Amino acid sequence: MNMLECRNISKSFPIKRGYLQEEAGSLKALDGVSLSIGKGEVFGLVGESGCGKTTLGKVVLGILPPDGGTVELAAKRTQVVFQDPFNSLDPRMRVSDILAEGLALQGASGGAIRKKLDDITDLIRLPKSALTKYPHQFSGGERQRIAIGRAVLTDPEFIVCDEPVSSLDVTIQLQILRLLKDVRERFGMTYLFISHDLRVIRFMCDRVAVMRGGRIVEEGPAARVYSNPSDPYTRQLLSSILEVRPKT
Amino acid sequence: MTGDKILQIRDLRVSFDTPSGIADAVDGVSFDVRRGESFGIVGQSGSGKTLTALSILKLITPPGRIVSGSAVFNGEDLMAADEDSLRRTRGAGISMVFQEPATAFNPVFTVGYQVAEAVRAHQAVDGRKAKDIALEFLKRVHIAEALKVYHDYPHQLSGGTKQRAMIAMALVNSPELLILDEPTTALDVTIQAQILDLLEEIRKEARLSILFISHDFGVISRMCDRVAVMHKGRIVETGATKDVLSSPEEDYTLELLESVRALG
Amino acid sequence: MRDFLRNKMAVSGLAFITLILIFAAFAPAIAPYSPSEIDTDNILSAPSKYHIFGTDTLGRDLFSRIVYGSRISLSIGFIAVGIAVITGVVFGAVAGYYGGRIDSFMMRFVDMMLCFPTFFLILAVIAILEPSIFNIMAVIGATGWMGVARLVRAEILSLKEREYVMASRVMGAGGLWIIIKHLIPNAVAPVLVSATLGVGGAILVESALSFLGIGVQPPTPSWGNILMDGKSTLGVAWWHTVFPGVFIMLTVLAYNLLGEGLRDVLEPRLKR
Repeated sequence: MNMLECRNISKSFPIKRGYLQEEAGSLKALDGVSLSIGKGEVFGLVGESGCGKTTLGKVVLGILPPDGGTVELAAKRTQVVFQDPFNSLDPRMRVSDILAEGLALQGASGGAIRKKLDDITDLIRLPKSALTKYPHQFSGGERQRIAIGRAVLTDPEFIVCDEPVSSLDVTIQLQILRLLKDVRERFGMTYLFISHDLRVIRFMCDRVAVMRGGRIVEEGPAARVYSNPSDPYTRQLLSSILEVRPKT
Repeated sequence: MTGDKILQIRDLRVSFDTPSGIADAVDGVSFDVRRGESFGIVGQSGSGKTLTALSILKLITPPGRIVSGSAVFNGEDLMAADEDSLRRTRGAGISMVFQEPATAFNPVFTVGYQVAEAVRAHQAVDGRKAKDIALEFLKRVHIAEALKVYHDYPHQLSGGTKQRAMIAMALVNSPELLILDEPTTALDVTIQAQILDLLEEIRKEARLSILFISHDFGVISRMCDRVAVMHKGRIVETGATKDVLSSPEEDYTLELLESVRALG
Repeated sequence: MRDFLRNKMAVSGLAFITLILIFAAFAPAIAPYSPSEIDTDNILSAPSKYHIFGTDTLGRDLFSRIVYGSRISLSIGFIAVGIAVITGVVFGAVAGYYGGRIDSFMMRFVDMMLCFPTFFLILAVIAILEPSIFNIMAVIGATGWMGVARLVRAEILSLKEREYVMASRVMGAGGLWIIIKHLIPNAVAPVLVSATLGVGGAILVESALSFLGIGVQPPTPSWGNILMDGKSTLGVAWWHTVFPGVFIMLTVLAYNLLGEGLRDVLEPRLKR
């Protein structure tokens, strides 16, 4: 049984114009998207801005209801890691409270929470002293680690990562991606990994779907899609990756 | 590529006055841009690369300030120049293209009006002629339907078109040096490729010297003949791009390259 | 915190408010006389070493009356604003978070309430009910919550799209949890600023009401009714109007400076 089954998802947003905010048409963000993700897979969703990948992520997570289609998620607990490390942590909460929020919502006891917090700081490689601090006292990469810690603590079966490294420096990107891989190896959860960065997707994912204009234009094992793309748009995307190689 | 130096930066220092003390954002930076070459500055966020670029045209605002250093352009030190001669240089001798096309344009004026305004700021021509020149450059940057775009407002255009328009605006007065600060970072990857192609084409045609700032080693390796690596306000390594990429001398450069290459 | 201390205006505002708070808290210890002690030998005497602010038409020591009056003015200020803030926060949070029809309905109600000219509404209400201290507090609060509601709603509209709110929803948090744990703490800053400025405003309203005779009733001293008493002595006893007037002015000014100082400290931090 698959972790995620999406059938024919569609979603439109109304475009409001003018002072009185009248509806002037609608934007079709998702146009009949279907995909399935197997248990334990790292599935990559790649595309440029406006292709609908973030919208699909939100629909899968259940925070955005689709206009049509069905989403079947076999996970009892899902989690998310967002792009913006500045806005994904509540600036008024201490790190310990941020990390523990999921557990508190599940009704865990104070003692159990404390034990888990201890373990998680080791996993995300932050000192115990970080627990009493506030988000603004940390760098972007550290905040992202806190976000990952928060995601892992509730023992989710499925995690959606929406551009988790796009706002980070390249050396930090690698650390965070390695952490995500590490976490997955240890706990075996399934990932839906959303990014516009083809190289990041190639590094992380087993299977890949390329999105454009609200549709999936190509899908398949990462190795195959990258070496032998069948869709012209995929080919165009791949050709624009700039390798770090001196120009001849 | 030998040839005389169009820009010489010596010991540039820029500081920021913050509540917790003075931060040295640019800490003694020196480099040269040779006439006709494309010189890149690569670094991560906080390395000081953008501030370096902004200080050449003295575009630093408080709480930042240029502490010391010289920026000699065509024999004249811009740091010592008065406001009038600086204004004559900005947009004409040296032009700049910024990262965020959305904020570079004033949303209440049409794109064409703003490009023409750049013409009028430096050339003694009438409105009609300025419009013609503006249109010519909009076409030169391969904007389809240039006349329509001329009359459009910034929000009506896509990111790629806006960036092309910004490049056009930077070129209308035939600058000798073009400074580009992360010009493609905010753009989609397919558009990025197109813009870089455009820049290469323009560079050959107009025999432009280019100073290219980016965090992206891939872009730098494609666009630049020589490169300087910046880290925490200092230049760590300088050299021909192919040399720096194949045999970096400094540990930091190596670390940077390894991270980039590890992603494949 | 350090930024705040650097703002000299705000700090002086805070200092003055602390002084008035001390007056109010320790009035019996500070005031040399009882505020109702009548001394018919010293009617309307100018400031002297026995009566540093002079005396009023009944020979009562003005300084003591002003010190006791601070209790009234401050409590009215705090409680009225407290009522306004609590009502406004609840209203604005619910309207902002749930949106849709609930929001439209609630905000139309707010707009309707805002149509009433506040001061005249207060006058009318006090004229109908009796001018007790409690009624005054209630009515000032009841006419002041709308501004807070709008502020809170605006903050919450922008906050609820933040990613940490979405993350909480993914983890299973419901509306109430998100409102209480995330939205209200982050929306507090502009409310605090508005509340501080509001206390100054409430003090002014009370003074005006008392000055008109429909506020705090004698013999309870309030700065406003001391002013009212002083109206008839304008030509002959400057101290009767100047001292209460100066205290009202300085206190309102102090609250304004404090509010502006808070705004400067809290607002840029919000931009992070």
